[in-house]
Amino acid sequence: MAPGGIMSSYSPGAVRTDTPLLARVINGHTITYLDSASTSLPPRAVIEAMSRYYELRHANVHRGVFQTAVESTDAYESAREAVGRFINAPGGSGEIVFTKNATEAFNLLAKSWGAANLKPGDVVLVSEMEHHANIVPWFQLREVTGIEVRFIPVTDDFRLDLANIDELMVGVKLLSVTAMSNVLGTINPVKDLAAVAHRHGALIAVDAAQSIAHGVTDVSDLDVDFLIFSGHKMLGPTGIGVFWTREEILNAMPPFLGGGGMIADVRTDGYTPAIGPSRFEAGTPPIAEAVGLGAAVRYLEGLGMTHIMRHERVLTGDALDRLSTVFSGRVRVIGPSGTTDRGGVISLDVDGVHPHDVAQVLDQFGVCVRPGHHCAKPLMRRFGLAATARASFGPYSLTQDTDVLIEALGHAVEMFG
Amino acid sequence: MSNLEDLYREIILDHYRSPRNRGELPSPPAIRVEGFNPLCGDELVVYLIVEDGVLTDVKITGHGCSISQASSSLMTTAVKGKPVEKVREVIDTFKQLMTVHEATLEHDGEPAKVDLRAIGELAALQGVVRFPVRIKCATLAWNTLTQGLDQLA
Repeated sequence: MAPGGIMSSYSPGAVRTDTPLLARVINGHTITYLDSASTSLPPRAVIEAMSRYYELRHANVHRGVFQTAVESTDAYESAREAVGRFINAPGGSGEIVFTKNATEAFNLLAKSWGAANLKPGDVVLVSEMEHHANIVPWFQLREVTGIEVRFIPVTDDFRLDLANIDELMVGVKLLSVTAMSNVLGTINPVKDLAAVAHRHGALIAVDAAQSIAHGVTDVSDLDVDFLIFSGHKMLGPTGIGVFWTREEILNAMPPFLGGGGMIADVRTDGYTPAIGPSRFEAGTPPIAEAVGLGAAVRYLEGLGMTHIMRHERVLTGDALDRLSTVFSGRVRVIGPSGTTDRGGVISLDVDGVHPHDVAQVLDQFGVCVRPGHHCAKPLMRRFGLAATARASFGPYSLTQDTDVLIEALGHAVEMFG
Repeated sequence: MSNLEDLYREIILDHYRSPRNRGELPSPPAIRVEGFNPLCGDELVVYLIVEDGVLTDVKITGHGCSISQASSSLMTTAVKGKPVEKVREVIDTFKQLMTVHEATLEHDGEPAKVDLRAIGELAALQGVVRFPVRIKCATLAWNTLTQGLDQLA
């Protein structure tokens, strides 16, 4: 029986066994995968669901009459239902749009909802800790529409600086922020921010790409207006992302990409778009990817998001403690020091060793960490860094991963002395 | 570990820790060229002075990984004081050293067609070719220098 008396099948060791890639040997070492913030590793359940789909049921979705086409459509739509349930969408699957990835979902938000609802001078408020996916589409819209893009600053202790939030909200029509920073690991107070946005008559969009696989996401409880995430960061496949908004907003949004599948009617004098998610799903959608994402959702539900969050918090606390004691200041963590409102993303600045060299040395030990600016250049500038070496946990991570990370980091520090 | 030692040879670590010809030159008269690697954020600035067809001075500033910094430093020592034609020859030789030949990756043989004795300390960078993602780190300074020489022409 787990804490709180809830039955859970969650055992990180079992998830490890379920994940084939974690058995790989790299440079003579069993892989130590610490790049789940970039992409997570799918369990066998996801891989097999996609294989079974292609082996037994593959056909194009919608309007099919033959058996496999009906099954394919059912599989695609049941993935939509699974995702709607996973985030507790009040309108269920009718509010779930499948996109190519989270980036495309942000482009859908900016180019459809943004272009239709924002006038010159209207403000979109983002933050300095956003991924480029939640910055560049707004700059692009600014070029077309003349909106203002404003940034919530980040404090020296790696939190959103909300001291002047009411001033920052003046003129804001949309607050668009990340639930969890992909560089700092900072978890933002999304529910409070939703209340702030609504008090100022604005809507709120949330980038859940980093948070979705690491805790409970309940859009009804958070009271947000848009939620965006990708499949491959939640043990699903690449090539599929999710855009959620409430039904009344969705049905008032103009179409985004045009083509087959997104129409109600096409004539020689024009077209009428479809109602519901299909309005935004032009062309043959990523069917096998949706099947894989549905399997990932069911797998995560089986583990229990609260249990994953607790486990990763313990891992993160342990890693932060050991990094600071073992390297006594030579390895600086770019992110909050404790585990309060913080996820398992640990960005490292190793004194005298460039992040690319850190990652190169670690690779020799089979350790996968990501060097670079993590598509968050405004944040890197804020802290005067060109790059960091980032280690990040997933539901299959164990303290032994931190053991190997620390041993390998020791070699990097020693080599560049 | 032999691979890693092949990449991070002592000469490379030495040039990374104590880069030669680091700094700026007043521009003009020096030609100033910027080089960027947008993928990893490496940035450098190459300053060069050419008098009577001779590269009389070269300096570099910027930041990047050990491979890009060491390659910059080694480059300055290899080309400073040489006639521009000779500088271009060194650049060509270095580019050849950084070219991925299938044979280089599949076997443990030396990169083809480069006379290592002729390039001195630059030979220390030959291990980079076994780490293809790092080749762009090693070639950044050289490509930037080429741009500067092209501005003269």
